[in-house]
Amino acid sequence: MERNLICIGCPLGCQLTAVMENGVVTAVTGNTCPRGDEYARKECTAPERTVTGTVRVVGGAVPVVSVRTSRPIPKEKVLELAQLMGKIRVQAPVRPGDVVAANVLETGSDLLATCSAAID
Amino acid sequence: MKHVELAIIGGGPAGLAAAAAARRNGVEDILIIERDSRLGGILNQCIHAGFGLHTFGQELSGPEYAQRFIDQVAELSIPCLLDTMVLDLSEERILTVTSRTEGLQQIKADAVILAMGCRERPRGALNIPGTRPSGIWSAGTAQRLVNMEGVMPGREVVILGSGDIGLIMARRMTMEGAKVHAVAEVMPYSGGLKRNIVQCLDDFDIPLFLSTTVVEIHGRKKLEGVTLAQVDERRRPIPGTERYIPCDTLLLSVGLLPENELSAGANVALSPITGGPVVGEDLSTSIPGVFACGNVLHVHDLVDFVSQEATLAGEAAARYLSAGESQAETIPLLAEGGVRYTVPQFIHRDTTENVTVRFRVGQPYRNAAVCVYVNDQLLRRIPKRVLAPGEMEKVILRPADLPAEGGSIRFCIEEGTN
Repeated sequence: MERNLICIGCPLGCQLTAVMENGVVTAVTGNTCPRGDEYARKECTAPERTVTGTVRVVGGAVPVVSVRTSRPIPKEKVLELAQLMGKIRVQAPVRPGDVVAANVLETGSDLLATCSAAID
Repeated sequence: MKHVELAIIGGGPAGLAAAAAARRNGVEDILIIERDSRLGGILNQCIHAGFGLHTFGQELSGPEYAQRFIDQVAELSIPCLLDTMVLDLSEERILTVTSRTEGLQQIKADAVILAMGCRERPRGALNIPGTRPSGIWSAGTAQRLVNMEGVMPGREVVILGSGDIGLIMARRMTMEGAKVHAVAEVMPYSGGLKRNIVQCLDDFDIPLFLSTTVVEIHGRKKLEGVTLAQVDERRRPIPGTERYIPCDTLLLSVGLLPENELSAGANVALSPITGGPVVGEDLSTSIPGVFACGNVLHVHDLVDFVSQEATLAGEAAARYLSAGESQAETIPLLAEGGVRYTVPQFIHRDTTENVTVRFRVGQPYRNAAVCVYVNDQLLRRIPKRVLAPGEMEKVILRPADLPAEGGSIRFCIEEGTN
């Protein structure tokens, strides 16, 4: 069985073809770098996404800080994480790289701040 | 009058990279002028990941990518005027600037780098019939509200236009609990990056309707809904295909326009196609000592390419300040047959470096080839499985590729001969 994918590894968007046999990817073509091969294998078996968003800041000069997951999480948990981010409150000051929440949804991924929030 | 060697208008990714490059090439007296209260430009609101893969080998968010360059500018001790708006630039490179703390002042610059970026095409440019209710936003304004101000513009959303900002906002609004009912695109293809169709729409089952537009806006004070209709090849609505969608928010992602009011005021020659200055391989404009880079020059798809281009502009400004303008003959680059434009539009014959020529195609192609002719001789033929207007292409020319005196270089797309 063949599956056609568009690589999301970078903005080039290479058109990939993954050959599947018994639920295992046996070959990937169309990729122009190793990330494409890796993406196709993951996407066909256990798709993952890096998630970005914002969380509310308490006592900060700005109302929200932007955050992202330290590593990709399973795709089916993305919306659940979005809801969790809506509930998190972080105390100013915040620095880029600060861990806003550790091991979110037991994924092994931390939520990291990607911008700063000074104390108001 | 205050005097600086190099004034850089705009403290976004283009201005920051240009400033760092100019300093590293020996320009001592640099001033970055930024109208916002912080550096980084539009990257500050682009909180999604995907920036910097080419430059840093990592997928950074917009604020993180900006911070890398803000740190460089700080380490190089390059001064910045924040909260300061440039009102006018003259042909003699006199800048008229204003700020709340300093009032109106004039600055004479020996060289200027234009790095003002671009802005979004507004509703007024679209001629959508209907009322004028609240609830209609450009996608970038909504992005700023959600990502920086922490405010949601609405809950029931329709997006017109499938540019990247619209696609990114479809995902962002969904993540914040809104329902995105549809993305409508008047063209038969999306103007956004393919990866964004996959990870912003497909991942969340948000429908993309191609060859479809908004034909009516409903609601007196607040937006109540929109009517979508399919369009024919000439983009005229097809009667009988209308469909009403109730919504409280309509986001417009219908194109970006380089912001060149200052350039026009200084009589910088502008391209009617890119909307940005006409430049040489050194990013020099028609006014000596004035250079341009980033989205003010042409709208880019990747910030990595903005940084590369801006680095060249900073180096070229440094060269101009020490050695003056290049007096060499210029070779025109011609965009034809499917290639909408090229940047640069000309090359100085005395260039010693390879020249990266960037361009966009006017329509999607499958199994076509990018062809480069020097005079009428085929120089290069690059087969492409897919070419799309949303994605910037490039060809690298070597100094040895340049034609003899009086020649030109022509770029075109040739179909069906792969």
